[in-house]
Amino acid sequence: MDFETVIGLEIHVELATKTKIFCNCKNEFGAPPNTHVCPVCMGSPGVLPVLNEEALRLGIRAALALHCEVRQSSKFDRKNYFYPDNPKAYQISQYDEPIGEHGYVEIVVGEENRRIGITRVHLEEDAGKLNHSAYGDSSYVDFNRAGVPLIEIVSEPDIRSAEEARLFLEELKAIMQYCLISDCKMEEGSLRCDANISLRPFGQEKFGTKTEIKNMNSFRNVQRGLEYERSRQEKILRGGDAVEQQTLRWDETTAATILMRSKEDAHDYRYFPDPDLPRILLTGAYIEDRLKEIPELPTDKRNRFEKEYGIPGYDAGVLTASRALSEYFDETAKHVKDPKVASNIIMGDVLGYLKTAEKEIDELPMTPAHLVELVGLMENGTISSKIAKNVLKDMMESGKAPKVIIEEQGLVQISDEGQLKAIAERVIAANPKSVEDYRSGKEKAIGALVGQVMKETKGKANPQMVNQIIIDLINQA
Amino acid sequence: MVELGIGIRQLHDALQRRELTATDLAEDSIARIREWDKDVQAFLKVTEDDARQRAKVLSGQAPQGLLEGIPFALKDNMTTRGVETTCGSKILSGYIPPYSAAVTEKLEAQGGNLVGKLNMDEFAMGSSTENSGYFPTRNPWDLTVVPGGSSGGSAAAVAAGMVAFALGSDTGGSIRQPASYCGVVGLKPTYGRVSRYGLVSYASSLDQIGPITNTVEDAAIVLQAIAGHDQRDSTSVRLEVPDFVSALSGDIRGLKIGLPKEYLDLGMDESMRAVFDTAVNQLRALGASIHEVTLPHTAYALSAYYLIAPAEASSNLARYDGVRYGFRAKDADNLLDMYNKTRSQGFGTEVKRRILIGTYALSSGYYDAYYKRAQQVRTLIRRDFEEAFEEVDLIISPTAPTTAFKLGEKTSDPLTMYLSDIYTIPVNLAGLPAISVPCGFISGLPAGLQMIGKMFDEATVLRAAHAYEKATDWTSRRPQIAKGGRA
Ligand SMILES: [Zn+2]
Repeated sequence: MDFETVIGLEIHVELATKTKIFCNCKNEFGAPPNTHVCPVCMGSPGVLPVLNEEALRLGIRAALALHCEVRQSSKFDRKNYFYPDNPKAYQISQYDEPIGEHGYVEIVVGEENRRIGITRVHLEEDAGKLNHSAYGDSSYVDFNRAGVPLIEIVSEPDIRSAEEARLFLEELKAIMQYCLISDCKMEEGSLRCDANISLRPFGQEKFGTKTEIKNMNSFRNVQRGLEYERSRQEKILRGGDAVEQQTLRWDETTAATILMRSKEDAHDYRYFPDPDLPRILLTGAYIEDRLKEIPELPTDKRNRFEKEYGIPGYDAGVLTASRALSEYFDETAKHVKDPKVASNIIMGDVLGYLKTAEKEIDELPMTPAHLVELVGLMENGTISSKIAKNVLKDMMESGKAPKVIIEEQGLVQISDEGQLKAIAERVIAANPKSVEDYRSGKEKAIGALVGQVMKETKGKANPQMVNQIIIDLINQA
Repeated sequence: MVELGIGIRQLHDALQRRELTATDLAEDSIARIREWDKDVQAFLKVTEDDARQRAKVLSGQAPQGLLEGIPFALKDNMTTRGVETTCGSKILSGYIPPYSAAVTEKLEAQGGNLVGKLNMDEFAMGSSTENSGYFPTRNPWDLTVVPGGSSGGSAAAVAAGMVAFALGSDTGGSIRQPASYCGVVGLKPTYGRVSRYGLVSYASSLDQIGPITNTVEDAAIVLQAIAGHDQRDSTSVRLEVPDFVSALSGDIRGLKIGLPKEYLDLGMDESMRAVFDTAVNQLRALGASIHEVTLPHTAYALSAYYLIAPAEASSNLARYDGVRYGFRAKDADNLLDMYNKTRSQGFGTEVKRRILIGTYALSSGYYDAYYKRAQQVRTLIRRDFEEAFEEVDLIISPTAPTTAFKLGEKTSDPLTMYLSDIYTIPVNLAGLPAISVPCGFISGLPAGLQMIGKMFDEATVLRAAHAYEKATDWTSRRPQIAKGGRA
């Protein structure tokens, strides 16, 4: 019997607001412990939450970007549980009236377009962070993160493989980044993912027993964790046993899932409407305005790049991975004769350079306008493509205009016929063997002669012209 | 000695005429506390050094506002920056808040002189102030009876003339019932009229801060000082605050007053009935018309209240876990043990009882039957009042079914204790404004008349109470203590 994998994801995304969701403390990663705190986010007696409108706006924008219906009337609820990182001993969240519902995300798996349903998107506050003493005798709480606005995104169990889960996450991240909702850095915890996974025989409608996996802190680990859990469950089922409903933790070092708690330990969070916060009532116009804040999304952009610039789907996929990269390419491609040339340079040289330099595209000193200029100089023959590569490297490091670099280093291509003819004559005289080979029909021999000219001009000679001149000289002789 | 109970305006006039200074008032307040609080035990903390300091600064100038230089005290569930705030609970012993409540800020900005923090039932849960984690407060009229609660310290301190006014908080009657027991005026404003920022939450959807004063005019003056929208409290309303003092015309001719027939069956004793009937007649004599109204869901109010309030409390009080502030139990083996020991040792019996009830009411599988049902009852009770207020301008009742009871009389029977709030609880469930104004004595103990108004119509409530007060002389009666003699 073959088993079908069924995966649903629960994703927490920290919203890129200036301040926290219910107080005026800064929302900023990496500050010294307990420096972005106040009585409100520390849960001091007598404090009250006040909703940060920016968080609401980003939450709605996120729901809309995920094609959700946005509720015009929703509310906040309290999720009650004790833990030292939870200062009020309840988390303000949304229980039965989430801000957004019934959305979807489209992904491409291989050649297939897949639509993954979004069950709900809701707003809530983040908890603080526990730091355990190296000596194991005490724990410390950092409340900087307590009260940072989050959205929780819950997908339908529409995902059918670990790879699909990763693709879905990548798409989701791109959407959040495109909409300036979050920076989605998994390593900083601004995007976190838990997964539910179960198996069922192909053709069966009823879901199998699921397990929940937590602590998969990178895209790679999401895929690995799910692959591991899939085969663990498969082994159990093949052995004729039943999968137990459990919450598991992915352990990166041992590359295995570890039991956190079983079903019997399930919490009763005693949700109830937060009496300190009035209902969220939205006008149609307010929601409409959020819709206007959504830029062209990755899928649409990908399709447009393919159509408008005639680049392959693969290129379009790579170039739309982030909003900044897509805008860089867009700015370049629309001003060059052949967008594929721009695509090649950005996908090859530029991304390669960024990777080695460990930089993001928005940290690149080279502007799209300069890149357009460089492509123009190649196309009109001012520099050879070989020299262009070196100029490009310099541009990416220094941010200088290509013309400046070419001038400084005297790299202009030699296209003066007289000058090239003189050199070619010298080369022909010095290489009678190659001339002979060419004459006897070995067309390739011409390459050696051209190579000699290029060498003598330190690569600056216009190769097409050199080629023609040599052929003409030999034929004339 | 100065009579701090003569009225805020009278004290203010004396300050302006330079017959008195802010220091005189502060010294008088401190001296009375020194002399009588051994017996009354209204204060959890007396901030005399700060009060003297402030009085000194204020004495150098003629007072601007009405509250300038006037000594007052706060129920200990309102935060005071730098001054211990315990809510009458051991779990917050030693807790120094890093910020002041909105009402503290407002009163201090208007020159009020804080002399201390007042005793209360722990976390405002109780009707006698016997549930204080520290000591019970006694009634200045008779030291063997309770002052009511949970704002018992506030009512007792005002009745004993230790301060010119105090603030209390009212979740189910906690301002009005002690005001009634202590023969002073207590006003619960409309929910949302006064900012709750810095009021330590008991039941967030019911809690409201209000004045406890010697006279109705004082209540109007203090309400004026503390009312208004506060962006730090999302449940405070953006409504203009009317001039409450100028509403005190003394004239209630033509005012339509409702008597809810259901209230008269609620275990009111005969002597209370007699006092109440006299009050009704006096109001009629003042030109008001009296009408019977019906509030058909009254019988369910107490049950609804004792689900909603504990449910919210179970969540509000969960933060007292020993992690960040206040009391933490020693010798815990692990985290869970620390939570268990801290909360078991830090909270008193009544608080634990309500946390348990509330936790149960919110539990999965019970939520619909209890909390949700209680909220539906609440809606019905609110509607009862809305319908009644289509016919009348004001609804009246006794504030409590009896006068103050003996200390220890009801501590072993929480249900009987809960019944002392049957007239006040529906008002909180509906969010309405209501006042308790003294209306006579039964066996030497004061009785209170409750006047309930429409949403945000404190002006009518105050006007009627003021007219009634002028026509009777109950508010001018003071216990022996306030006059300087032994009770
Ligand atoms: Zn804060």
